[in-house]
Amino acid sequence: MRNGATSESRLARATIMTLGLGFLGLFLVMPLLVVFAQALASGIGAYADAVLEPDALAAMKLTLTVAAISVPLNIAFGVAAAWAITKFDFPGKSILITFIDLPFSVSPVVSGLIYVLLFGAQGWLGPWLAEHDVQIIFAVPGIVLATVFVTFPFVARELIPLMAEQGRDDEEAALSLGASGWQAFWHATLPNIRWGLLYGVLLCNARAMGEFGAVSVVSGHIRGETNTMPLHVEILYNEYNFVAAFAVASLLALLALVTLVLKSFLEWRYDYHGKGTGH
Amino acid sequence: MTATATAGHIPPGHRMRRPCFRAPSIIPGFGLTFGLSLTWLCLIVLIPLSAVFIKTAGMGWDHFSSVALSERAIAAYRLSFGASLGAAFINAVFGLMIAWILVRYDFVGKRVVNALVDLPFALPTAVAGIAFTSLYADNGWIGQYLEPLGIKVAFTQFGVVITLVFIGLPFVVRSVEPVLADIGKDVEEASASLGATRAQTFRRVILPAILPALLTGFALAFARGVGEYGSVIFIAGNMPYETEIAPLLIITQLEQYDYAGATAIATVMLIASFSLLLLINLLQAWSRRRTVD
Repeated sequence: MRNGATSESRLARATIMTLGLGFLGLFLVMPLLVVFAQALASGIGAYADAVLEPDALAAMKLTLTVAAISVPLNIAFGVAAAWAITKFDFPGKSILITFIDLPFSVSPVVSGLIYVLLFGAQGWLGPWLAEHDVQIIFAVPGIVLATVFVTFPFVARELIPLMAEQGRDDEEAALSLGASGWQAFWHATLPNIRWGLLYGVLLCNARAMGEFGAVSVVSGHIRGETNTMPLHVEILYNEYNFVAAFAVASLLALLALVTLVLKSFLEWRYDYHGKGTGH
Repeated sequence: MTATATAGHIPPGHRMRRPCFRAPSIIPGFGLTFGLSLTWLCLIVLIPLSAVFIKTAGMGWDHFSSVALSERAIAAYRLSFGASLGAAFINAVFGLMIAWILVRYDFVGKRVVNALVDLPFALPTAVAGIAFTSLYADNGWIGQYLEPLGIKVAFTQFGVVITLVFIGLPFVVRSVEPVLADIGKDVEEASASLGATRAQTFRRVILPAILPALLTGFALAFARGVGEYGSVIFIAGNMPYETEIAPLLIITQLEQYDYAGATAIATVMLIASFSLLLLINLLQAWSRRRTVD
């Protein structure tokens, strides 16, 4: 029990609770509910039709493919960057960390645009790519590139504070006992960072599957070919096919809910607090 | 970078080569991991981003200013920055309130509320966009009650603010929460025992302690809002000069194959983002110093 001097009056507390939770209801719960309500507005049959329609299935397949390529790339990069940054001392480390965080502060639209400037028909490498019959923009490689860019910092920024806090003792002990570098990584480092890594991968995956702006610029919106799920939602919505748009959107909302449940589970079960800010 | 030396104290069998610019260590893999990170960083982030600036530099000032500083572009920046600022203010107030609830109060379902706060990080922006448009449309769940009052949200600047509130909320809550949890009960007790009322304790003791974190959250929410695209384009009417946000203007230029125009506006936005990033880093450093003290 808190004593009276360091807690609010009953009235103040009730007011704060009502306002705060009311705000959350209005801004977080209602949008979530409306997605499912609209998706099921014409019954379960219409919902199933919209979700199982060939273009929707193609969009799901593409979204899964893009995530399956970009997430492992970011894991490899994140682990390598965190290893270099936390296990060694070198000048310019904080600049490197700032550069890794850079994609978070760039507008998604600009994130797509930069690849159009490089690989588009009028881009720097455009003529060369056309000559060799390689298409990046308005094709799957461009979508993967844009996705890798927007999800670039997730794994690294989760691992860097975690590995910095854990120090180098475990690895040094493993090495002095005769382990190779790889062995030290697999048997000493990885068990220490696995939950943090999973946490980063979870957030990375959610963003990879849900990215809209950056992917929209490089995709070309070819139905059944270069349409990811979020782009498919937009097309259906702009065609006033609201039931189908919300049906596909509800799958993405479910993905978000699963992500949140897993994330909370990690925080609760392993007492792992994200963002390196332990309470 | 390639100069090598052998560290004296490494165990036998571990002959290592190391770049001379880093401190010696027995842990291997610096060359591999540092090289990989730097190469990947350059290929994915730095070189593509520099393309924007190089292309803009080739435009010449007149061309640049005729696009990036045109009346339509200025109106778009004003909306993007203004709406983000408004949303960040709303989030500073309610985000602090929610952080307070999560740190100080115990209630049934707290774990659910805590998880839900991160929804804007997890929910794809396009889904949020169509959900808010549906809620605030004239016949929507909320819009139908606002319509008789003469309040229009969907397809107005107000709608842009509403979605940006959604997008920015977790930044404030998650910035303030750990700092609020770290404030010792002793300072509040001291303040109360010296005769301060609860409101005075909040204003004089708690608020100054969390101010850097609150400002960091505010700046993060603001920065995110300025660049936001997916959730806004559905609810904004996308009318030039009125409800057209800056990222949408880039898309419009691209659709007209005006790559130079799109790049010019992107340059303005990148400079704004990088300035905000610098500001946020300074705020975070301030916040850390406060916490350590």
